[in-house]
Amino acid sequence: MPQAFSPTSILTIKLLILAALLAIVAAILLLEWRMAPAAEEHAAVMQPIMFSHKHHVGDVGLDCRYCHTSVEKSGFAGMPSTQICLTCHSQLFKDAPMLAPLHASMATGKPIQWNRVYDLPDFVYFNHSIHIAKGVACIECHGHVDQMPLMTRQASLNMQWCLRCHTHAQAHVRPLGDVFRMTDMRKLSEQDVVELNRLYHLQDRRRLTDCSTCHR
Amino acid sequence: MSPRSRHTQDLSTPSELLGGSWSHAAFSDKIAARAMGYPVSKPGLAAFLFTFVGMLIFLGAVAWLVFKGVGIWGINVPVVWGFAITNYVWWIGIGMAGTFISAALLVTRQRWRGAVSRAAESMTVFAVAIAGIFPILHLGRPWFFYWLAPYPNVMNVWPQWRSPLVWDFFAIGTYVLVSLMFWYVGLIPDFATLRDRAGTMPGRRARQVVYGLLALGWRGEARHWARYETASLMLAGLGTPLVVSVHTMVAMDFAIGNTPGYHSTIFPPFFVAGAFFSGFAMMLTLVIPLRRFLGLQDFITGRHLANAAKILLANSWLLAYGYCAEIFTSFYSGDQFERYMTLNRMIGPYAPVYWSLLFCNVVVPQLLWRRGIRHDVRWLFAISLIVNVGMWMERFIIVVSSVHRDFLPSSWGMFYPTAWDWIFLLSSVALFAWLFLLFVHFLPVIAMADMRKLIQERAEEPA
Amino acid sequence: MSRHPVIPIAVDSRAASARRSEPRGGAQRPDSPERRRFLGLMAASMALASAGCSGPPQEKIVPYVEMPERMVPGVPLFYATSFVDHGYAQGVLVESDTGRPTKVEGNPQHPASLGATDVYAQASILQLWDPERSQTVYGGGQLATWDAFRAALRPRRVAWAANGGAGLRILTGTVTSPTFSDQMAAFLARYPHAQWHRHDPLHDDRALEAARLAFGRPLDTQLHPARAAVIVSLDADLFVGHAAAVRQAQDVFARRRATNPGGSRLYALAATPNLTAAIADQSLALPPQEIERLAWRLASRLGVDGVPQDAFPPPRHPDAARWEQALAAALNAQRGRALIVGGGSLSPATRALVHAMNAHLGNHGATVAYIDAVETDPVNHADSLAALADDMRHGKVDDLFILGGNPVYDAPADAGFAAALRQVPFSVHLGLYQDETGRAAGWHLPQAHNYEQWSDARAFDGTAGIVQPLIAPLYGGRSAHEVLALLAADGAQGGHALVQDFWRRQAGAAAFDDFWQDALMQGVVAGSAARAVDPGRPRVPPPPALPDPPSGALTLILAADPSVGDGSYANNGWLQELPRPFSKLTWDNAAILGRATAQTLGIDTGDVVRVSAADAGAGAAAVEAPVWIDDSQADGVVTLPLGYGRTAAGAVGNGVGFDAYPLKTRAGVHGHAAVRLEKIGRRHAFAVTQHRLDDEGRDVARTVSLTQYRRDPRGDYAPEPAQDETLYPQYRYDSYKWGMAIDLNACIGCNACTIACQAENNIPVVGREEVARGREMHWIRVDRYRTRLGSHDDVPGDEGEAKQTRTVFQPVPCMQCENAPCEEVCPVGATVHDSEGLNVQVYNRCVGTRFCSNNCPYKVRRFNFLQYTDDKVTTLWAQRNPDVTVRRRGVMEKCTYCLQRITRARLDAEREGRRIRDGEVVTACEAVCPTTAIVFGDMNDPKSRVNRAKASPLDYHLLAELNTRPRTSYAARVVNDDPELA
Repeated sequence: MPQAFSPTSILTIKLLILAALLAIVAAILLLEWRMAPAAEEHAAVMQPIMFSHKHHVGDVGLDCRYCHTSVEKSGFAGMPSTQICLTCHSQLFKDAPMLAPLHASMATGKPIQWNRVYDLPDFVYFNHSIHIAKGVACIECHGHVDQMPLMTRQASLNMQWCLRCHTHAQAHVRPLGDVFRMTDMRKLSEQDVVELNRLYHLQDRRRLTDCSTCHR
Repeated sequence: MSPRSRHTQDLSTPSELLGGSWSHAAFSDKIAARAMGYPVSKPGLAAFLFTFVGMLIFLGAVAWLVFKGVGIWGINVPVVWGFAITNYVWWIGIGMAGTFISAALLVTRQRWRGAVSRAAESMTVFAVAIAGIFPILHLGRPWFFYWLAPYPNVMNVWPQWRSPLVWDFFAIGTYVLVSLMFWYVGLIPDFATLRDRAGTMPGRRARQVVYGLLALGWRGEARHWARYETASLMLAGLGTPLVVSVHTMVAMDFAIGNTPGYHSTIFPPFFVAGAFFSGFAMMLTLVIPLRRFLGLQDFITGRHLANAAKILLANSWLLAYGYCAEIFTSFYSGDQFERYMTLNRMIGPYAPVYWSLLFCNVVVPQLLWRRGIRHDVRWLFAISLIVNVGMWMERFIIVVSSVHRDFLPSSWGMFYPTAWDWIFLLSSVALFAWLFLLFVHFLPVIAMADMRKLIQERAEEPA
Repeated sequence: MSRHPVIPIAVDSRAASARRSEPRGGAQRPDSPERRRFLGLMAASMALASAGCSGPPQEKIVPYVEMPERMVPGVPLFYATSFVDHGYAQGVLVESDTGRPTKVEGNPQHPASLGATDVYAQASILQLWDPERSQTVYGGGQLATWDAFRAALRPRRVAWAANGGAGLRILTGTVTSPTFSDQMAAFLARYPHAQWHRHDPLHDDRALEAARLAFGRPLDTQLHPARAAVIVSLDADLFVGHAAAVRQAQDVFARRRATNPGGSRLYALAATPNLTAAIADQSLALPPQEIERLAWRLASRLGVDGVPQDAFPPPRHPDAARWEQALAAALNAQRGRALIVGGGSLSPATRALVHAMNAHLGNHGATVAYIDAVETDPVNHADSLAALADDMRHGKVDDLFILGGNPVYDAPADAGFAAALRQVPFSVHLGLYQDETGRAAGWHLPQAHNYEQWSDARAFDGTAGIVQPLIAPLYGGRSAHEVLALLAADGAQGGHALVQDFWRRQAGAAAFDDFWQDALMQGVVAGSAARAVDPGRPRVPPPPALPDPPSGALTLILAADPSVGDGSYANNGWLQELPRPFSKLTWDNAAILGRATAQTLGIDTGDVVRVSAADAGAGAAAVEAPVWIDDSQADGVVTLPLGYGRTAAGAVGNGVGFDAYPLKTRAGVHGHAAVRLEKIGRRHAFAVTQHRLDDEGRDVARTVSLTQYRRDPRGDYAPEPAQDETLYPQYRYDSYKWGMAIDLNACIGCNACTIACQAENNIPVVGREEVARGREMHWIRVDRYRTRLGSHDDVPGDEGEAKQTRTVFQPVPCMQCENAPCEEVCPVGATVHDSEGLNVQVYNRCVGTRFCSNNCPYKVRRFNFLQYTDDKVTTLWAQRNPDVTVRRRGVMEKCTYCLQRITRARLDAEREGRRIRDGEVVTACEAVCPTTAIVFGDMNDPKSRVNRAKASPLDYHLLAELNTRPRTSYAARVVNDDPELA
């Protein structure tokens, strides 16, 4: 009676099985990749007005709070109203074509729609003010804004990333004076850290990693 | 052939377990013939189409469920678990007998398992597969069921190990895998037989290839047989404790809860007994028509059925004990909530279900004391059906009647099944039947290798 | 290439839309990206196809063009204004999240609120955002504009100028607004022949008549229950249904709490179950005629002069005689510190008698005071409307302006208003909805909502409060002020100018700015409360004729529904789904019958009966109503709640329940109407949230008699097995340890907590069918039990006490157990114990096994069996609380102790580097409770209010024997029972 399979076909079959396994792995990776954040980390996000933090912060040296007015008082850092932009730009570069949308906004009363760069899931309640008050510097999450012509996201924003600080808070704080400074964290001495923790009396690790700290 | 089998505790001799005068070849012909494209009878085709439609309905229902949400069922607060969990426990129970027969009876070298093991194992695989679907479907957000598995994730969170549902997740998973492997390993030599037969017949190339692939290049060498024996023995060794563990786990899903009617230490053994009970009942329900329509009376003899019937009878007493123990403890405990729960089962809104389950599971099986009934297939078939229904009702009483009136009278409520509840129950039965019909048509319904062994033994028997 | 967030989940998409507009200031974006994301994710998660898992589009941030002053995006502002209900003001503080009014709190400065509110004030915020509110002007059934209406007015104005306004009629509800009254006076002066009619279906005409009978002039009665040691309610409900209700609840319970049990004794005679009778120490259900007879006999027994001896035979009820004695004794013993309240169904003469009795007992000036009527130009509304209807029928009315109200639906049947309206050539309706009247009238004008307009109104004690808008009119609606001004002159001023002008004249131009700022900040006009007047000796009118209903007939009581009132709230889902206090009925009204009566008539709960006027013959008005049997209903009395059977309320309210107004007659305003019931064979299925009123002897809501409590004040009336055994390690709480204490002595079952919680926590409305299935979502429910007094101690021989069953209301939020059964069984750790002892529910982790609900002995967990949160109607997004995640289908939810409020307080405290102060965190239910029966706080702070409350010997844990060790505990109710009536 004829054999069901010739040696070659057997080899093919084995190879096919192998291929199938690889295909599954590939499919999973593909899915993973497709579901990854669109605004990739470090990928610039286009804006209606090509606003350059590099220029305003790095060159001009504006303080973060000049535009992000509510960052110390509210969960939301605050986006500058058209008015705020115009405090300078009613004089400076007022005829620059780049700023046309700004004047249009003022004329029509229609707000400018900025594209969100740091977008947290909506069941996460992040609060800027408390992080500022506890000495977490802007640069900690937003990176060297003073060197970004266009804003780019510097962190994955996934829960793991949040927990990196929430499990070791004391290692991520700096003196209140440095919070808005765009310089790398200077090495804190042991007794600096002790001093800061006394100052901030940060909540303990258990509290900072409670679900109820960020989710309601 | 194997000398071991001479001194086993099996009381039934080969000739009792094998009718007619079958040679190896003749037997193999008979069994293998179906798999070689045996013409399907009209009633067979009708049954297939009927169950096929049922299977499609099941799929449709699942789609609708995922789209709309579990609210399409009759569940509510306080009764958040309804038919889905009832069906789950019921199917898992049915899925017990197979592995028990194959594994436990193999380990204890019961000769009579050979004829029914294949059917029973298939029943197990299908039943457990269906059982596994329900816990996932009953989730509010079924697409996140994998959160019950521990795997590294960006949330840095793990399953909550104190929850019996997590243990259950593993218990079922393991059980599905082992019973599937057991089933397949047992099939390998038979696949080889089919491959070879297909090879000898003209126009059976396709089957030859398919069976050939499934046979994994089995050539019946002594080496193969040795490995085969070891593998089956190891799987049997694994399977036997699993048979107990998986349903113990299911029992814990309830026993860990604090609700009167759930929170009961007798549940694990009680559930296992119940599982055997329903498992063997379902096996009879399947095997009796099977031997009738495929003419297998010589291989699945009255002796087989009678043995199964005895196990059924024994189990019904185990259950009876369980029911009594439940009632006793609830009153002995002196706990007003326990007492109320028990009374509520007996005289509350679900009392009819309670009493009919006692009738089906305790009263009816007592008929099996009569030899005549044990050896009358019509009686056995009827009883097995009644027991299946009775066991489903028992699961229902445990799941629903316990929670519908728990601690605070203000939050008492009732559970009324919706059309969708029934659709899921009935169409899952159809799905099961459909799978079983496919099995009957494409696979050898009797483990040929084992049976040949039996034929051999009969030949060697001193006349 | 799109993305989705780290955890594929969408429980919160609505919160997103709410929150989006919150921190980012801009307007709502109609299409919800989250929803599309969720669908995408479902696809992804189910691995349908990798093509399916497209994430959300780029999210936008929309800043202001010009930032409003004092606004910090993300930090809510509270504005003081007045919630005006049936003409009277209730001071409220409305929370505004970057321009969106989202929640109503009471105004502590306001006499009618003192920080609490009733259910209507809470529900008003949903009404504001109701997408079915009237949105455009209608003229002759056609879409029209305000300009078109102004054009149509001009010729009319010319005509009025010619004939002095003859044939010009204006119909309003109860008016207390100083500005409106001033406008009206000017208007009537200008058109002398014009007439002003009043119609408010719930106006207490009998009180007015009674005052006229007793004092010869309209006076309002001011109660001071806080000063009363004995309170006797003659079918009066002190706690709901009138302008002073919330305030009176606080006053009554100022001296009746777990802290001083038996501070007063409350007797209640009630024809139909009411909250006062439920909480009363002694209550008796009698038909209204019987109550009146008893009142007159009591008066003569007290020696009130002018009261004839034995004006009436002794009431037939077996207990009535003993009650007569007991009441007389109790009242005489507490002269000057007693208080008798008449109300509800009593005839004017008897209510006048009540004034005389209080005077006789020397309660005037002590527990009762009188002020000039707060209502402007008080009239008998029933008569006023009837007069108007007559004139309309006789063609004397050319122009009718209905400023608010819905007379076509709720006018007394015998007024025949609807028919008469068709004969009015020029009829205009101003209303929040284009309701029955709005459709019948020639013109319909959209009215500005309470929170969209400038106005003012007086509280029950005359205190004036300014109504300031929280948001510009959503649909271009206008206030009654503006419309009235428009009648007088084209291109009239806006509401702001009108109100300011009036008050400028009052305050004087010089001091005005300070006055105005102060009035707006405080929410009240300082020192505007009415002064008490000396009413003089009340005259005792001759006893009324009190005919019993003809044999086989029943006495009819038409009562405002506890949820939808007179019907004006029929389209409010929160109220429709709010369980009625006694029946726990939702989305329905029912003809309430006593058990004995029902048995004699052979009627059972659910039977539909035909209720028809007894006197009139065939063709008489009749309604078909399903029957509900309540044990605390007097025999021989049937109660029909008003406000249902609406036909033009909106999708929510239309066709819910039956309309009882056809049985309302002018005659009924003075006497007692009688009706006959007949079964029509149909049955009706109710949607109730509680099926068992009996506590099955489980002693869930505990009561103890004062005598017993006095016998052993230190005794532990809430014995608990002291056991802390658990296999798991005990938790330690270094910082805070939140807990709640609920005082059953003070819970009046008003449901305010339930609806406040619903407003605060974005709790969806599930609808009638789902409630019937047992799927309501309320996080805090109010259980009602009928328990036997002293049932918790098995002292033999207490049959006397044991005989009497009492209603106890028990609010049940999450117990936040120490050994929480829910936490142990969740496979994914979606419900966990946090470092402050809360059992937090993490929606985005929940997969919906529902084991936690199975394992919760208190059944406080709620599950989203279907997509309950409305994700289609965009205006509803704007109402939602941005600080609370909106839950999607398939996740469990429950009370969080208002975690968002704790968090807000924590952030403030942490920023200032201090601890959270006691009372800084106030949960929504605690804030709204009129009797402060609920106290929340830190159990680690020995001096906290909650610890003081829990220190009471009456404090006990629900189902303590389960050793769940709840954080929420209850104070057993002490009943100050009268031994005479034992």
